[in-house]
Amino acid sequence: MRAHEPAAPMNRRSLFKMIGMIAGSAVMYEAMSQLGHAGESGYSGPIRLEGDPKGTSVLILGAGLAGMTAALELRNAGYKVQILEYNDRPGGRNWSLYGGDTYTELGGFTQHVQFAEGLYLNPGPWRIPYHHRAVLDYCQRLKVQLEPFTQVNYATYLHSSKAFGGKAQRYREVQADFNGHVAELLAKAANQSQLDQAVTQEDKEVLLEAMRTWGALDQNYEYKKSLSTSERRGYVSDPGGGLTSTATPSEPLALREVLQSRLWWGLTAGHIYELQSSLFQPVGGMGMIGRAFGRELGNLIRYNAKVTGIKQDERGVTVSYQDSRSGGPVQLEQAQWCICTIPASILSQIPMNVAAPMKSAIDALSYDAAIKVGLQFKRRFWEQDESIYGGISYTDLPNALIGYPNSRYFDDGPGVLLGAYTFGPNAVQYTAMPPEERIRRTVEYGSQIHAQYREEFQHGVAVAWHRVPWTLGCAGHWTEELRAQHFDNLCAIDGRIVLAGEHASRLPAWQEGAVLSSLDAIRRLHARVLAG
Amino acid sequence: MDHWVALIGIAGLAVSSGCIAASAVDINAGSYAQQTGEELYRGICQGCHMPDAQGAIGAGAYPALANNKRLIARMYPISVVINGQRAMPAFGTDLSDEQIANVINYVRTHFGNHYKDAVTAASVKAARR
Repeated sequence: MRAHEPAAPMNRRSLFKMIGMIAGSAVMYEAMSQLGHAGESGYSGPIRLEGDPKGTSVLILGAGLAGMTAALELRNAGYKVQILEYNDRPGGRNWSLYGGDTYTELGGFTQHVQFAEGLYLNPGPWRIPYHHRAVLDYCQRLKVQLEPFTQVNYATYLHSSKAFGGKAQRYREVQADFNGHVAELLAKAANQSQLDQAVTQEDKEVLLEAMRTWGALDQNYEYKKSLSTSERRGYVSDPGGGLTSTATPSEPLALREVLQSRLWWGLTAGHIYELQSSLFQPVGGMGMIGRAFGRELGNLIRYNAKVTGIKQDERGVTVSYQDSRSGGPVQLEQAQWCICTIPASILSQIPMNVAAPMKSAIDALSYDAAIKVGLQFKRRFWEQDESIYGGISYTDLPNALIGYPNSRYFDDGPGVLLGAYTFGPNAVQYTAMPPEERIRRTVEYGSQIHAQYREEFQHGVAVAWHRVPWTLGCAGHWTEELRAQHFDNLCAIDGRIVLAGEHASRLPAWQEGAVLSSLDAIRRLHARVLAG
Repeated sequence: MDHWVALIGIAGLAVSSGCIAASAVDINAGSYAQQTGEELYRGICQGCHMPDAQGAIGAGAYPALANNKRLIARMYPISVVINGQRAMPAFGTDLSDEQIANVINYVRTHFGNHYKDAVTAASVKAARR
């Protein structure tokens, strides 16, 4: 197969780098745009902060991806940087929980994570789209090893408690049957001349051909039980070898059943730009990115520092903080500039002398509810019994989905599933329960899809984002109205303070948004510093 | 992806737009079936304000609703529940007038609060903008 691929004497990356060196970044950006690259996430390669900042000091609040991106790039550009971080680890919402970890949420509910060696839950982000070029680039630069994240897996389930007697259907069956029936309907309408207003005779012929191919229709443009429809939806018994090799085709679900089940809804996730293949995850947990940044920055990060006040004047910024574990005396840190990545939900409670436009923007942003529950089972029954290797099953139950691990396939030992990941009212109600109740219910919901749950369940961990002490929610809840009114004011430099983070981006809840907002903020800050 | 249009969940429930990029397609967001004030407090409010209504403190804080003097003015909790305030999300679109009145009446007569002047569904309706 490789022989058919065109030879690539120079890859795009080195081409861009060369253009950048010879012609400067504007021309490089132009070249990348023409090749369809730069527009993808607004990232056009490592930031270049040219000119000497002469040791200008910048205090960064928060060691999440936004804060650490700023620290890394400003340090490299010659700034004196310091980060204050509430937690005792780098990463912020870039976070994985492993066996041996202890997590205490607001209210004092403490969970001791007992996952087996190497297994984890990503309470926050868990997938990186291929076009989130900034995050991917930092992974490469920081040597964070990536592996495929499977969004769409045809062997997973779509489940409705109100359809098919509550029996989960395979994704491939629902997809084949939905496509097949819709193709048949459209072909029928075309053949009965009902589409003559919309398509020419010439187009109609192609449409019919397309419907037959897309929907696996027979020569009469009908979608029905056959070996060729089973090629899409799967067989009752697969074709094999030798004397027992005859395949038994499967019976498609009826059109009405497919429609009324609403399981077709679950087919759309992978159509979304951000969830299209390829997606990636760091080997060993999403938190590996935060760890890598943390290693790179070393003692530039002061951990366990709870910010209690931010005060600026014409010369600089003074931040007061306390030990986040023990309280204790208020300490001060000063710098000429401040990049604040503290979530708006918390920043709105911290005294800070910024002008009304930024203050109003911070106060206007509430945070969405989200919960995740990780469940460890004695064995990977989804692989061993059901041939599901990674991917996601969707359900109308309150746990919303089951995410299967996208690594360590065929392992004989235990495995950790994402047993619940939900938003909105379901997440709010999950949050109101003690962790053990969230886990109990998640096992109960999941056992309606996988009967093995009851027998194989070992241990669970539940993270509800409104109970996370350092975010008070999952991500900034922007609406179009709020954006129109406040977004520019949130992002603009106020005196000597600029904000960054996913909340200061148009990719809310995505790590890419946090990194891009940070790069945008330091670019503007750098220009201001050089201008004197 | 703040321009995401409302999606229809498997359960046939409309999912609010402008939610979370990573999530909108993943969600079956559900709804609030609780009706009495106590059910609503246990099902929603205690997530942040805690089962004893004492609130909680981390990097930021959730205020205590217990012995809360600001609850004396009925309009204050009505406005906060409907519209949200800072970290407090708005519940105006997800809860009915009756549900909002019931939960406010529950909080204003429990946890050391003894405000006798009940909030009515009509006053919640009137307060909606």
